[in-house]
Parts: sequence; structure tokens; C-alpha cells
Amino acid sequence: MIEMQDVHKAFGDNRVLQGMTLTIPKGTSLVIIGGSGTGKSVALKCILGLIQPESGRILVDGKDASKGDRDAFLARFGMLFQGGALFDSLPVWQNVAFRLLRGSLKRPQEEARQIAIEKLRRVGLKADVADRLPAELSGGMQKRVGLARAIAAEPEIIFFDEPTTGLDPIMAGVINDLIREIVTEMGATAMTITHDMTSVRAIADDVAMLHDGVIQWTGPVAQMDASGDPYLDQFIHGRAEGPIEAVR
Amino acid sequence: MSVLAIPGWIGRRTLAALAVFGRVALFALGAVSHILRPPYYPREIGLALLNIGWLSLPVVGLTAIFTGGALALQIYAGGARFNAEAVVPQIVAIGMVRELGPVLVGLMIAARVTSSIAAEIATMKVTEQIDALVTLSTHPMKYLVGPRVLAALITVPLLVGVGDVIGIAGGYAVSVQNLGFNAAAYLTNTVNFLELRDIVSSLVKGAAFGMIASVMGCYYGMNSGRGAQGVGRATKGSVEAAAVLILAANFVLTGVFFSV
Ligand SMILES: Nc1ncnc2c1ncn2[C@@H]1O[C@H](COP(=O)(O)OP(=O)(O)OP(=O)(O)O)[C@@H](O)[C@H]1O
Ligand SMILES: [Mg+2]
Repeated sequence: MIEMQDVHKAFGDNRVLQGMTLTIPKGTSLVIIGGSGTGKSVALKCILGLIQPESGRILVDGKDASKGDRDAFLARFGMLFQGGALFDSLPVWQNVAFRLLRGSLKRPQEEARQIAIEKLRRVGLKADVADRLPAELSGGMQKRVGLARAIAAEPEIIFFDEPTTGLDPIMAGVINDLIREIVTEMGATAMTITHDMTSVRAIADDVAMLHDGVIQWTGPVAQMDASGDPYLDQFIHGRAEGPIEAVR
Repeated sequence: MSVLAIPGWIGRRTLAALAVFGRVALFALGAVSHILRPPYYPREIGLALLNIGWLSLPVVGLTAIFTGGALALQIYAGGARFNAEAVVPQIVAIGMVRELGPVLVGLMIAARVTSSIAAEIATMKVTEQIDALVTLSTHPMKYLVGPRVLAALITVPLLVGVGDVIGIAGGYAVSVQNLGFNAAAYLTNTVNFLELRDIVSSLVKGAAFGMIASVMGCYYGMNSGRGAQGVGRATKGSVEAAAVLILAANFVLTGVFFSV
């Protein structure tokens, strides 16, 4: 279970999170939606400790995320970064198997490579990309390599920052199914950021909408359409008119 | 603006500079402590040794040979004014070993290695690769900074040694070919004149400059701003800082070794 309690984060005078409170029960899939630049990526990075919030608490299984053994903490997580964040000096398979080639989860090289190829297959990439460098792949392929890397060590908690942006609709469907599968079959806890409402419906158990630095609405995906919340309604229907100013 | 604003400005600037100095010093200490503690990354260390050491040899060799040659010509011409042409081997030897070898190699390393370390790490920072490393339970100080600093500490003194030898060889070639020196006498004069202290100071300077060059590259890279502009600033800043610090450290080390 992950809890964010009254988390605040500003960059200079740009106040991004202004008291974000959110709970994600173990083994469920939460999707965060919200306008561009509202701080969704920042929220994920706060939980991982990549960004230090000014105030508020972040608890994972009841324990303060900023205290205790960092390595053991991070070993439970997988993260797909919005920009992929692949290591451009390493071939694709070594990116995917990064964790399996060093540190506490280290395996023999050949085994790690087989796991990497299997994970690549699950995100719809053929074995022949394994030995290419990330810079030789298309944007959507890089994204999927990032996804394969996030799930390679079968973490308990997985964060996906816009997993389907830049993918064709069929591949987006494959990825949505994969994320759903990871949650239902492996019992992982997932937090996904997406702008794609089809993905929201395919992936989410719960939905949370971030607006103006706070969670504007949260609830089960089934109640999303009948929420009566004007912000959420405007967002999911993509209307230019409404309480969220489209021109800033 | 009142007159008092000026000392205020100077004071603030001084404090800011001291704060940066402190951060860099802590960064360097952190790097060293990560080098000493496991886990170690042999592949990264190997690549760093190759990039910083082996691949720097051509530029170091060329710089040294031309400098040694020019030095011999100058000393011959200058010495001729008071009939002291014969000192060429001795002055070339101490000139190269004590000062020019370490300083030129240090500056070449700042140009070649500091810039590439800073640009590479800054790009990794800007594209979230550093964040990705952290989430994959790998400490960037250990994985990126440690191997580079270690490799520089090992290879830059060796490069300085090579530069010293090649520089002396450049002076020798010019002296024997163009200035009519006797080859055997030139070598004996060189060898007899150099003291152990000269060689030790040369290598110690090499280690210090290697440390400065690699730490500045890593520090600026890890603290890069966002975007392509951030990478550009980090690279420029790292080379400027490394070059100036190398020259300052050279002055201090020369004082330490030769003022008595
Ligand atoms: N490292 C940083 N330094 C300064 N400002 C930052 C930093 N990271 C994010 N921001 C700012 O925080 C705000 C939120 O950024 P964030 O990346 O979380 O947006 P987002 O909700 O993920 O948007 P998108 O949907 O476009 O990805 C933005 O205004 C951004 O400029
Ligand atoms: Mg984002």
C-alpha cells in the first residue's frame, strides 16, 4: 500500500503539488490523469525519492519512504520514465536486464539475456532488437524497451509514466493488456499516468485526477462517468469549455 | 547604489564561491569513498581507463613532442646570448619534467576528458538516465563518478610520465639533428641532471590534475541544468574550472616541492 499525505512540492515559485493526498491499496491499479504540467510525473518521482517534497509524508506499507534502507526500498520498484530514459551506451538487452546483471539480483549473463528477450517479446519487440543500441530504435520502440526494463525484475510496485504515448492503437492495446495482466496475475501494485482515456478504462481499478496541485477527484473507474465533478467531466470528454481554463 | 553595496556584493560573492568550493570538496570526498567501497563495476572502470588513459595518448604525445622541440630551440637561442648553449639538455629536462609536462598534459586532459565526462553525464541527467539508474538500485556516484575518477587518478600520472619522456625526446631530436649536439652526451646530461624529486613532483602533479579534471567533469555533469543549454553550460563550466584549478594547483605544488 502506498500513501501520500498532504505532499507539497514547489520549484522556485512554481507551486506544483499543494497538498496531494492519495492512497493506493496493494495489488490494485491506479491511473492518474490530469492536465499537462500539473505535476503527475513529479508525484511519482516524489514517491521514489528522486525529488524531495518540502512537506507531507509518503508511506509505503506504513513505513516512511524517505527513511530506512534505500536499496531494499528501490528493489521493490520498477519505473517507466516518460522519456524512456534508456542508457544510450548499452545495447537494448543490457538495458532491459540492467538489474539482473549487477547488484543483489545478479544472474548469469546468459540467463539475464534470455529474460530480457522474453520481456522484449511481451512488449511486442522481436529478439533482433536485443543487440541494437537505443538510439537506433524509433520513439515507440524505445518506450517499449523502457517498459520491458521496468518489469524485468518482476517488481512488486510498478510506475508507468505514459506507457502508450507514441504507440499505434494496436500496440497501445497490447501494452494496456500487459499492464492489466501484471496487476491481476502477478499481484503487483501499479500506478500509471496516461492521457489516453481508452487506456484509463483498460488499466484502472481506481482513477485519480490531479488538478491545481491536489487530487480533484478519486474513485473507482466505474464511477468515473457519473461522478458529477465538473472538472473530471470536462477532462474525460476533452471539452475546451468548463472550469479548467484551456488557455493559460 | 550606495558605497556600502560594494563590500556587500564582494562579501556575498565570496561566500557563494566558498559554498561552491565546499560542495566540490564534499563531492570529491564522496567520489573517493565510493571508489573504496563495494560494489565495484569492473566494466565501467575498464572503459574509463581506455577513454581517459589509452585514447589520450596521441594528443599527449603530439603536444609533448612539439613543446620539447620548441623548448630546445628557445633555450639554445636564449643561451647563445651569454655563451650558455650547452645547458639545453638540462633545461629541457627540468622544464619538461617539473612544469611543462604536467601542466600541458593536465590542460589537454581538461580539454579532452573533462569536457566529455561533463557532456556525457549532463546528457544522462537531462534525459533522466541518472534518475533511472537510481530506480534500478545503482548509485550514480559509484557507477558513473567513481570509475572515472579512479581511472583518471591512475592514468593521468602515467600520461604525464609519457609526456615528460616524449617532450625530452623532442628536445633531443631537435638538438641532435639541428643544433649539433652529441647524442650520447645529451642523454647523459639529461639523466644526470634530473633528481628523484623532479620525477616525483611530476607524477604527483599528474595525480592531482587527474583528480581535478575528472572531478570537475563529474561535478558539473551531475549538477547540470535542464535541456541542451544545461548540457552546454555544464561542459563549458567544467573545462574552465578544471583548467584554472589545474594551473592554481600547479603553482601550489611547485611551491611545496621546490621552494626549499
Ligand atoms: N526538475 C524540475 N525542475 C524545475 N521544474 C520542474 C522540474 N520537474 C518538473 N518541473 C515543473 O513541474 C511542473 C509539473 O511537471 P510534471 O513533469 O510533473 O508534469 P506532468 O503532469 O507530468 O505533465 P505531462 O502530462 O505533460 O507529462 C511543470 O511546471 C514543470 O515545469
Ligand atoms: Mg509527465
